[in-house]
Amino acid sequence: MSIIDVERSQSAKYKLQVIDCDIHPAMTSWKEIHPYLEKRWIEHLSVYGSHLRHAFSEALSHPRMSPDAARVDAYPEEGGPPGSSLDLMRKQHLDPNGVEIGMLIPLRWNPGSQRNLDLGVALTRAMNTWQVERWVKQEPRLRASVLVAQEDTVGAVAEIDARGGDPNFTQILILPRTDEPLGRRRYWPIFEAAVRNNLPITIHVGGTNGHPSTGGGWSSYYMEEHHMVAQAMQASLASLIFEGVFERLPELRIVIMEGGLGWIPSFSARMDKHWNRLRSEVPQVKRPPSEYVREHVWFTTQPMEEPGSSAALIDLFDRIGWDRLLFATDYPHWDFDDPRTAFKANLSESQRHQLLYGNARTFYGFGK
Amino acid sequence: MVGNSLGTDRPTKYAGAIDCDLHPAVPGMGVLLPYLDDYWREMVSVRALDRLNLSLTGYPQNAPLACRPDWTLDGGAKPGSSLQSMQQHALDRYQPRYGILNCLYGAQVFHSEDMAAAFCRATNDWIRDEWLSRDPRLRASIVIPVHNTELAVAEIERRADDFRFVQVMMLVSGEVTLGRRQLWPIYRLAERLDLPIGIHAGSAYRYAPTPVGWPSHYVEDYIAQSAAFENQLQSMIAEGVFAKFPNLKVVAIESGLTWLSGFIWRADKTWKGVRAEVPWVTRAPSEIVRDHVRFTMQPIDAADESEAILRLIDHMKSDRLFLFATDYPHWQFDGDAVLPSGLSEALSHRILSENALATYPRLSKTDHAMEIAL
Repeated sequence: MSIIDVERSQSAKYKLQVIDCDIHPAMTSWKEIHPYLEKRWIEHLSVYGSHLRHAFSEALSHPRMSPDAARVDAYPEEGGPPGSSLDLMRKQHLDPNGVEIGMLIPLRWNPGSQRNLDLGVALTRAMNTWQVERWVKQEPRLRASVLVAQEDTVGAVAEIDARGGDPNFTQILILPRTDEPLGRRRYWPIFEAAVRNNLPITIHVGGTNGHPSTGGGWSSYYMEEHHMVAQAMQASLASLIFEGVFERLPELRIVIMEGGLGWIPSFSARMDKHWNRLRSEVPQVKRPPSEYVREHVWFTTQPMEEPGSSAALIDLFDRIGWDRLLFATDYPHWDFDDPRTAFKANLSESQRHQLLYGNARTFYGFGK
Repeated sequence: MVGNSLGTDRPTKYAGAIDCDLHPAVPGMGVLLPYLDDYWREMVSVRALDRLNLSLTGYPQNAPLACRPDWTLDGGAKPGSSLQSMQQHALDRYQPRYGILNCLYGAQVFHSEDMAAAFCRATNDWIRDEWLSRDPRLRASIVIPVHNTELAVAEIERRADDFRFVQVMMLVSGEVTLGRRQLWPIYRLAERLDLPIGIHAGSAYRYAPTPVGWPSHYVEDYIAQSAAFENQLQSMIAEGVFAKFPNLKVVAIESGLTWLSGFIWRADKTWKGVRAEVPWVTRAPSEIVRDHVRFTMQPIDAADESEAILRLIDHMKSDRLFLFATDYPHWQFDGDAVLPSGLSEALSHRILSENALATYPRLSKTDHAMEIAL
């Protein structure tokens, strides 16, 4: 929620060096992907639009508190939505914030949630090519994510294998509101493809699956909907663990993106405690669940927790593991985290560098 | 955790406590027949309803969590269905001043609102006659058909003058999020009658227990209960329940507890960002929780339970939120380690009884009422 009127001078006390794991690129017009989309789907989208499991085909059921869920200063002068101008992204974010590498997380159309599976797969193919052509080839600091339509396992696996050898892509992107919990068997070929191509699976907030956002019904307010984002991450993580996915695929790496941090230690302890009691139900889980979390899962930092004291935040990082934290800004969204001010804690220079840069560099293998 | 406190805790150290979560079980529908009206008695017979096993999906009868091994009953009887055993295992052993009964039976989850109301009423009557009237230490929560506000209110009103009913109980996951205005008549009445709303782990399974659908395993369902608690607190806060009913108390029962730190951090930050959406929420969620919400202390989701409690008290800036509970006969602790060791005398005293007395005003009133009755 940092409002961006602070001086962006690089002459601050140290030079920022940042890997931003969560940048949202947008299209000036949806015609931008026409070159990469079959004529059939262009016509289909023109006539029928998105076909999702919620009330609005082109809008969210819980409207956000700012237009486009964006920072008010992120609208390009030349028009188009926030995140659609590479020029502005450079001037406003990449340059002044010292972003050496920025990961693109495209959210348009929710391809993985499309009820028409063929449309979903076609959209992922088009949007993946669009990321490379429109962004990465224009700006070498940017990296693309392999968007997949996870409900069509065959289509998703084909897309992963098609992009796997392309260094422009650094991860596979799935939105957590999947039709079934992510560890269920139908999704295993996707994880196998991830390991085969040495790409982590990144789970970024979003998706629609028709299930209420809570086990007790739909929430009324965005304030609630925003909160439960963390619960969708918990359920996805629990599913991966209790289905034994990490036992089957010890090389699988997961990134939980924009899911918050405060819940991780208590949720790990909760899984351990009740697994210990109920483990006869899940013989495929060989070790305490917290160990799988510690070894297989990384977390992006935005929106940064603000527990009100430096000590509480450092205690939280200690319990999660410092090496598991990857910095992200969520540019150009309203709850952007500024690398200068996001961590309200007394960090040493090396700790700050590790969080802003070092962990992501190691994790994604940049500079190898 | 497991086993480390066997033999080191004396059961008498809890004497005089208030046990805020004991589970009596309806042994079979037969015991409720005397409390059903003619129509429902006939329906039980015609439809053979008494042959239905109404064990909740949220608590499979034989799952390890549902009953501690040394608390099982002879002949495969339902755990918790014997008052004598509850006395032996919990009431006589730990000598609480009061124990609050939370009956997790199928009554409140029938889709038929009429059936739910009839069986809730019968359950409450049975609890009154077979438990409350047979052990003066016992108190109970009122079981209600939450999905019909009018019938729920009628059931609470029926118990208003019996001060041994000290709380209204709801499952954490029902048909609608618990802040919704259609439920407010329940909260209005509960506030007027000094009845906290006890939200107990469990689901009517109207929807998938997680926002990503139906997990394969019971252990995942159970783990997801803490998320359900978070979402319901967020619902009650966002809808303005506590602004509307400033004296209402909520007790989160069997919630796991340690999720609370992450909850208040996230809820406070979210509220700061989006509070224009809910202008009636004029205080930070953490403050609202501190004033209105209490938590029973079994289970405690942590490897080191006393460290976790002290950390939580530090984060919440309060030691008044936590209530002693055995969760009998659920298997949450071993030996006599109901409370983690290493808590100070003063803190233990708060947890054992002071906090509960402040939460349940009707506990203090029953002393008086019983004197009159005698």
